[in-house]
Amino acid sequence: MIQRHRLAAPLTALLASAAFANGALADELNVYSARHYDSDERLYDAFTEQTGIKVNILEGDSDQLIERIRREGEASPADVMITVDAGRLWRAEQENIFESVESEVLNERVPESMRHPEGKWFGFSQRVRAIFYNPDNIDPSEIGSYEDLADPNLEGDICIRSSNNIYNQSLLASLIEHHGAEGAEEWAQGVVNNFARQPEGGDTDQILGVASGECDVAVANHYYYVRLLKSDDGSEREAADKVEILFPNQDGRGAHVNVGGAGVVKGAPNHDNAIRFLEFLASDEAQEIFAYGNYEYPVVEGVKKDEVLESWGDFKKDGINVSILGENNPKAIRIFDRVGWR
Amino acid sequence: MPRSASTWLTSVHRRLSSRFNTWTVLTVGVALIVALPVLVVLAHIVMPTQGIWQHLASTVLGRYLTNTLFLVITVGLGTAAIGTGTAWLVAMCRFPGHRIFEWALLLPLAVPTYVIAYAYTDFLQYAGPLQTWLRELFGWGQEDYYFPSIRSLGGAAILITMVLYPYVYLLARAAFLEQSVCVLDVGRTLGRGPWRLFTSVAVPLARPAIIGGVSLVLMETLNEFGAVQFFGVDTFTTGIYRTWFGMGEQVAAAQLAACLLLFVIIVVLLERWSRGRRKYFHTTGRYQQLPEYRLIGWRALGAFTACTIPVLIGFVVPGALLTHLAIQEGDALLGTRFLDFASNSLILAALASLVAVGLAVILSYGVRLHPGPVSRTATRIAAMGYAIPGSVVAVGILIPFAWLDSEINGILREHYGIAAGLIFSGSAFILIYAYVVRFLAVSFNTVEASLGKVTPTMDAAARTLGQTASGTLRRVHAPIMRGSLFAAAILVFVDVMKELPATIILRPFNFDTLAVRAHNLASDERLAEASTSSLAIVVVGIIPVILLSMAIRRSRPGTRQVSRKDEDL
Repeated sequence: MIQRHRLAAPLTALLASAAFANGALADELNVYSARHYDSDERLYDAFTEQTGIKVNILEGDSDQLIERIRREGEASPADVMITVDAGRLWRAEQENIFESVESEVLNERVPESMRHPEGKWFGFSQRVRAIFYNPDNIDPSEIGSYEDLADPNLEGDICIRSSNNIYNQSLLASLIEHHGAEGAEEWAQGVVNNFARQPEGGDTDQILGVASGECDVAVANHYYYVRLLKSDDGSEREAADKVEILFPNQDGRGAHVNVGGAGVVKGAPNHDNAIRFLEFLASDEAQEIFAYGNYEYPVVEGVKKDEVLESWGDFKKDGINVSILGENNPKAIRIFDRVGWR
Repeated sequence: MPRSASTWLTSVHRRLSSRFNTWTVLTVGVALIVALPVLVVLAHIVMPTQGIWQHLASTVLGRYLTNTLFLVITVGLGTAAIGTGTAWLVAMCRFPGHRIFEWALLLPLAVPTYVIAYAYTDFLQYAGPLQTWLRELFGWGQEDYYFPSIRSLGGAAILITMVLYPYVYLLARAAFLEQSVCVLDVGRTLGRGPWRLFTSVAVPLARPAIIGGVSLVLMETLNEFGAVQFFGVDTFTTGIYRTWFGMGEQVAAAQLAACLLLFVIIVVLLERWSRGRRKYFHTTGRYQQLPEYRLIGWRALGAFTACTIPVLIGFVVPGALLTHLAIQEGDALLGTRFLDFASNSLILAALASLVAVGLAVILSYGVRLHPGPVSRTATRIAAMGYAIPGSVVAVGILIPFAWLDSEINGILREHYGIAAGLIFSGSAFILIYAYVVRFLAVSFNTVEASLGKVTPTMDAAARTLGQTASGTLRRVHAPIMRGSLFAAAILVFVDVMKELPATIILRPFNFDTLAVRAHNLASDERLAEASTSSLAIVVVGIIPVILLSMAIRRSRPGTRQVSRKDEDL
């Protein structure tokens, strides 16, 4: 099986090699992945070492990978699709590219709220959408919940990224679930009124915004903060030290949690290998690498976490099934458009 | 009656055979193949959508339109002014450093818009080094000063202008260098000073080249994705992306893309119409050393400053910032893997530029030979791929080839029991096809502009002397256009090096390029690590850019002091 397209060969040879590129052989696995952490590579290597199965990787943006699998149709070489955020996993499922997997190993190890009810996909790491604040100006009790972010008291205080981003779409999707579409729209409008600046940059930039004094409150996924805390760059560590993290809604339903996950692609040419790979991802060894590399929380209980996460201790999680986040996604996008959240 | 019928038949036959000769068939055939993905996208226009347009129109469409128009107008004017002005200074004036500026002005071409956006954001944002330093120096707080945000519409316009002006500079300078000195001499005899000579003779004569450059810039601006997405500026292109991939409304998204195309078509037509029946052939072959204006004193200083600023903003500063970041943190995969990324980028870019230039020659020569409405329209549509966002082009390619693959698979399975898998999809072939669809306009505009300047009497003379159409192309036009062909190839090369969306969607397994690596890291908010591959794209891009500049210099007829017959004209 030839997977290495060295373009140095003449174009004709290339075409010939491409013709054989996608057949199915017993010792291969084709992974389409929207995660690109360097630790993922260690993960694939560990799988190959354990099983002798060679892993071929195609990394890309989630929505585009879904589109490609969809267009490739029956002949698609894709065996496994990995992506982050339940909203994207849901989109993939909607496009009908996942097949249901019945695996005792997976059902036992992955908690029920972290996987699709019919086994179309499974979460393998968890991320918390946390609130960050400047302890000099903000009393954490003012911002104990996501709902507090819409409070007029916080006018001109909040940094949060663009609504083009799936993390915000999923957060709003969870609010739609808890408060209904109208309540969620009111909330979104309230947050827009509290913007310290028009949304710009990624999650890291929001945290840095608090550090530099541009805003007092920010919303971001927890691991971006850990990354800053552990940065090679002294000024980033310094910035992170000025900011405090808070897991919202601890007195109520719990913090909004999302997953990085994977599913077996319908008509996967290496079907058995694909299931083996998912089961491998749920193993202690893989869980450690999968979550550790990006400072995420593993989904399997009792697996070693990063020491910063250990130091934060346990916290309460919103227990809704993450697949609901996807179902509410289109509604969320339209609400963002209506309230003028860029 | 039989007699008149037979005359009629002969005349029909003659008309048909003149219309459907080899060159026309070739031209239209090539154009159709390249236009296929564009047509696939356009075909969505007639499909129904469920209320999505009302939602878009009442919420975001107005913002998409105003932002896009603002970008197009400011970037268009900015690049035209900077590109034409510096080209004239460097081609006609002598001031300290002009030889260095000749090639240095091209350097920003090697910097992708998303890379310049990463670099400046890191430097200029509130938490970045510059503002932090200012605050510490003057003891300012957040409320005490105003600092414009680089992550804004205006910031995007400035940065895009600063990396795209070389398209105009390149073509304008080549045009100034190719201008016959006689025309300029006539201008001087009639009492035109250097300034008036520039505005009333040189610029109007160089108009097709300048317009060609500006239209490349505008199309590049229209489908600019990386920088505007990063800045959170909503344009038509980010809107198409959001509607297609975010909302899953591919029909509405394709219709948005079609609107974008329509806009481009109107602009192109307006330009053609305003050009009217004017022609831009060189009517004389008399060349000699160009009249040089020696600038001294404040004029020299002015020229020097005018040329320094674009190079500084578009290349030196972002280059230095990236180098600093790369040394400080850098990419963990630096090493053999990195060489793989680089060689993948290089080989793809080289192959794509060869194909794109070859096809551009066929198309523009085909139209020159038989300038009928059919071949003209076909080539116009073929060059439209440049105005469509890369991700949309990619899907336009996936659709027909995935269909073809599954048909072939069906046949093979039925008759031979073979499961061949995908044949075209996910191959390097399809990637190069995508590049050609995207960047044919770049090579086509350059080649067409160059061919347009060769007077038709040359064709006539060659054909009278017994050359075939292809022979004329090979023996007469190719040598004349050598410089432009090379320029076209380099432009495509650099564009492919920088291309992102289509590469991400279409590339084969285990196949990453520098641009993909930079994007993966940057999208993961690891800008510092992305700096290594960003820098590598720039470095690899510089080499062809400098070669290009040297080639243009050499291509000027009359600068070589050699015997007459050795010269190009």
